[in-house]
Amino acid sequence: MALDSKVPEGPIKDKWTNYKDKINLVNPANKRLIDVIIVGTGLAGGSAAATLAELGYNVKAFCFQDSPRRAHSIAAQGGINAAKNYQGDGDSTYRLFYDTVKGGDYRSREANVYRLAEVSTSIIDQCVAQGVPFARDYGGLLDNRSFGGVLVSRTFYAKGQTGQQLLLGAYSAMNRQIGRGKIKMYNRHEMLDVVIVDGKARGIIARNLVTGEIERHSAHAVVLGTGGYGNAFYLSTYAMGSNVTAAWKAHKRGAFFANPCFTQIHPTCIPVSGDHQSKLTLMSESLRNDGRIWVPKHMEDVLAIREGKLKPTEIPEENRDYYLERRYPAFGNLVPRDVASRAAKERCDAGYGVNKTGEAVYLDFATAIERYGKEQAYVKGLDENDKALIKKLGKDIIKAKYGNLFQMYEKIVDQNPYETPMMIYPAAHYTMGGIWVDYNLMTTVPGLYAIGEANFSDHGANRLGASALMQGLADGYFVLPYTIGDYLSHDIRTGPIPTNSKEFDDAENQVKSNLDKLINNNGTHSVDYFHKKLGKIMWNKCGMARNAKELKEAISEIAELRAEFWKDVKVPGIANEYNEELAKAGRVADFLELGELFAKDALQREESAGGHFRDEYQTPEGEAMRRKEFQYVSAWEYKGEPKDAVLHKEALVYENIEVKERSYK
Amino acid sequence: MKLTLKIWRQKSANDKGNLVDYKVNDVSPDMSFLEMLDVLNQDLIDKNEEPIAFDHDCREGICGMCSMYINGRAHGPDRSITVCQLHMRSFKDGDTIYIEPWRAKAFPVIKDLIVDRSAFDRIQQAGGFISVNTSGNTQDANATLISKYAADTAMDAATCIGCGACVATCKNSSAMLFVGAKVSQYALLPQGQIEAAERVRNMVAQMDLEGFGNCTNTGACEVECPKGISLENIARMNRELMKANIN
Ligand SMILES: Cc1cc2nc3c(=O)[nH]c(=O)nc-3n(C[C@H](O)[C@H](O)[C@H](O)COP(=O)(O)OP(=O)(O)OC[C@H]3O[C@@H](n4cnc5c(N)ncnc54)[C@H](O)[C@@H]3O)c2cc1C
Ligand code: SF4
Ligand code: FES
Repeated sequence: MALDSKVPEGPIKDKWTNYKDKINLVNPANKRLIDVIIVGTGLAGGSAAATLAELGYNVKAFCFQDSPRRAHSIAAQGGINAAKNYQGDGDSTYRLFYDTVKGGDYRSREANVYRLAEVSTSIIDQCVAQGVPFARDYGGLLDNRSFGGVLVSRTFYAKGQTGQQLLLGAYSAMNRQIGRGKIKMYNRHEMLDVVIVDGKARGIIARNLVTGEIERHSAHAVVLGTGGYGNAFYLSTYAMGSNVTAAWKAHKRGAFFANPCFTQIHPTCIPVSGDHQSKLTLMSESLRNDGRIWVPKHMEDVLAIREGKLKPTEIPEENRDYYLERRYPAFGNLVPRDVASRAAKERCDAGYGVNKTGEAVYLDFATAIERYGKEQAYVKGLDENDKALIKKLGKDIIKAKYGNLFQMYEKIVDQNPYETPMMIYPAAHYTMGGIWVDYNLMTTVPGLYAIGEANFSDHGANRLGASALMQGLADGYFVLPYTIGDYLSHDIRTGPIPTNSKEFDDAENQVKSNLDKLINNNGTHSVDYFHKKLGKIMWNKCGMARNAKELKEAISEIAELRAEFWKDVKVPGIANEYNEELAKAGRVADFLELGELFAKDALQREESAGGHFRDEYQTPEGEAMRRKEFQYVSAWEYKGEPKDAVLHKEALVYENIEVKERSYK
Repeated sequence: MKLTLKIWRQKSANDKGNLVDYKVNDVSPDMSFLEMLDVLNQDLIDKNEEPIAFDHDCREGICGMCSMYINGRAHGPDRSITVCQLHMRSFKDGDTIYIEPWRAKAFPVIKDLIVDRSAFDRIQQAGGFISVNTSGNTQDANATLISKYAADTAMDAATCIGCGACVATCKNSSAMLFVGAKVSQYALLPQGQIEAAERVRNMVAQMDLEGFGNCTNTGACEVECPKGISLENIARMNRELMKANIN
C-alpha cells in the first residue's frame, strides 16, 4: 500500500483555504443522522467532541478517568504558541511554520505544519471567548513569554497552569453539549479495540472500568485523541494512566504507526530519588526564561557537593560552567529540548552531575532574582544597593511568574529553590511519533482518525515547547471538523451502524479472551515488575543516545520480556469488577509490543535527528548529524509480531523552506 | 520508617466496608504518600491479597483525581497540596495512619478509597460554560481589554482542580466552594457576564438537586482546599445569585 498524504495542490499559503472551499459538506439535518466516537477528552479529543457536537453530529466521548476534565493535558504548565505577533517582534505565520519545521529537524510534513501555524491565532481568540483567563499585562492586553528554539515571544500562558485552563475551556464547551444531549460521555471507560466493518472503522469495544463490563459502541467514524506513549519508559512526566493501548489496537487493525522512535526527553525534570519512584515531575521549560543551567567547572567542587561539604551557592561565578551559554551563545539557555537534554547528559556522563547519583545539573535563578529586584527598586524609587531588599523584590517577581512550580519543587525535593538552585535532569516527556495520518488526519484505516499527541504529524523529530497544546486544539477545534465532514458526507444514507454484526462479535471475543488470559495467568510477578523492567531497557538503550549494538539488544530483550510477561504475570482479582491491576496489565502488554517496534525504528534510522540521537552519526563537536537519505517518515504496518512489521516510507519534500543544518550557536 | 495503616476497605457501593490494619516497613521519607501505598499494594499482590483501590493519575497535584482522608483531614496533614504531593517526611517512624475515602451523600463510594464525583460534572453541565461556538470567527483576543486584576482574580478561582476536598471536609457536605469558584471565574470576565444570571441559578439548582448540603460559613473548605480557593468566591456567588433573583 502506497502512502498518500493527500496534501492539496497549490501554494502552501492557499492550500487550506482552497481545501475548505472544495470539500463536501453535510447539511445540518443530515448531521443528526451521523454518529462519531471520540476516544480521549484531552485538548485534542475534548475540543473535537465539543465542536462536532456543536455542528450537530451525535458524539460519544470516552475517557478512562472519572471526568473528562482530568485528561493528561491538564498537567501542561508553560503555555501555548500562536503567531499573533502581539509583541510586534517579527512573528508571522511563516515564522511559526519555519520554527516548527526547523525545530523538528526537518522531519515533519510541510503542509500540515503550515496549516497549524495558520489556525494558531484562532485558537487564542476562541479560548479567550470561552473565558480562559490567560495572563495579561497592566494595560489589559494578553501577555507573552518565550520558549526554547525561537527568537520571538509568542507563548500565551495562564500562570504555570496553561494546560489546565485550556482543558477546562474545552471541558466547559463539552459540558454545554453534554447538557444539550449532543455528547454522550462515557467516563471510566477504556477502549480496548477498534471494530472494522467492510474496511471502515465503525465502532469500538470498551471496558467499563467500574463494573468490568465489555461494551460495544458503533459510529460512522472513530477518532482517537488518546495521547502519547511515553510511559513505555515507565518513569516519565506523563500521568500514571497514559498509555498506548488505543493507538496500538488501531495499529493492529491496520493503522500504520509512524516514527515510533521520535520521543522527546525533556531537559528540566526533577531527578530520580529512589527505586520507589512512580513518576517524574516536570519543571516547565518557561523556567529557562529566567533560570541559568550550570555544573561546577572543577571536579573537586563536584565531589565536595556530593559529599555535602560544599553548597552550590558557595561556588564563585568563575568556577561555574554555564555550559549551554558556552556552547550555544545565540540561544543560550533557550536552546531546544533535544539539544539541552543531550548537553546535560554530556556533562553528567563526563562526571559533573551534582547529586548523589551523578544525574543532575543546576537550574539557577539567582541572577534573575537580582535583575528583577534591581528593576523593581528602580521603578519604585528604592535603594538599589540594599541587597536584602533587592532579593526580596526579585523573589516576589519570580514568585508571581513561577510560584506554583517552585512550590511543587519544594514539596518533592524538600529544598527551597528561591535560596538554592534547583536540581534537574532529563526525563521522557512527549512522543512525536504516533499513528500515521494524512492531511485529513485520517489514518490508513478509512474512517479512523487520530488527533493530538496520538498522531505523528506536526513535530517531526523534536517538538518545540508550547506547541503540543497548539496542535491538540488546532486538530480538534479547527481541522478535524472540516476534514471529517468531507468523509462523513458519504454516510448520510448509511443509517445507524448495528452492533450485532460478526465483526463486533469477533472483536469482543478477542478482547474477552485477552482479559481472561491475563486474569487466569496466576504468574509470580506483578504488572509493575514487568513495566519497570521495560522502562529500564527503554531508558538505557533507546533513550537520549542510541547505537546499533544496544538497539539490537533492546529488540531481543523486549521480546524476551514480553514472552516472560505472558507466562508469568500475576493479575489479582476478577475481570467483572473495578480492577486497576487488570487495566494496567493490558496497557503494559501493549507497551511491550510497542517498545520493540520503537527500537526497530530507531535501528533503521541511521542518522541523528531531533530527539533521535545515534552515537554513530554525530559531528566532531557532538552535534546531531542528519542524513538526506532519511528525509522520510517511517510508517510501520503491523504483520503479527513487531519484528515482522513492514516499513513504508513517506518522502518529505521541502519546497517552502530551505533544509539547513540546524544550528543554535 | 515502619508504619501502621488503618485503611477503609469496601468491595463495592453496596458493601458495608470497614477499616483494616496493614503494616508497612522500609518507608523512605522521600516517597510520596501514593508511592508508599504502591509499596503496600505490591506487597498485597505478592501475598495474593487484593490491592487497595484508590484514584490517582497525574501525581503532581493538578488532575484532581487523588482523594483521601488521612488522619481525619482531606488530602492529609500538609496545607495547600493534594495527597499525591504529600511526602512521607511529614510522618514519623511508628505512626499509625488512618486512610478513608471522601465521605458525602453526593459522592457514593465505588470501591475502597474511590468515590463517584460525577455530581460535580453535572453541576458544570448545568451552566459552567460560556455559550460560544467554535467558528474561527470570534473577535480578536485582544479586542476586549481585561484588567490584570480581573484576569488574575479569575485565574485564582479557575485553578480549582475539582477534587472534592471542600465537600469532604465540610460538616454539611456543601459544594459551595467548588461552585463558587466556577461562578466567580466567569463573573469576573466580561465574556462571562452575559449569561451570569442564568448560569448561577442553574448551577446552584443542580447543586441542590445532587444532595450537597448548605453553607454555614465554617470555612473548613478553604483551609483544606489544596489550591487555596478563597471563601470570597462563595460570597461572590451569593451576590451573583441575589442579583440574578432580583433581575
Ligand atoms: C507535565 C507536562 C507538561 C506539559 N506542558 C506543555 C506545555 O506547556 N505546552 C505544550 O504545548 N505542551 C505541553 N505538554 C504536552 C501536552 O500537554 C500534551 O502533548 C497534550 O496535552 C496531549 O493532549 P492530547 O489531547 O493529545 O492527549 P491527552 O491529554 O493525553 O488525553 C488523552 C485522553 O485519552 C484518553 N484515553 C487514553 N487511552 C484511552 C483508552 N484506551 N480508552 C479510553 N480513553 C483513553 C484519556 O482518558 C484522555 O482523556 C506537557 C506535557 C506534560 C506531561
Ligand atoms: S474548591 Fe478546592 S477543594 Fe474544592 S474541588 Fe476545588 S480545588 Fe478541590
Ligand atoms: S493524582 Fe492528580 S492531583 Fe493527585
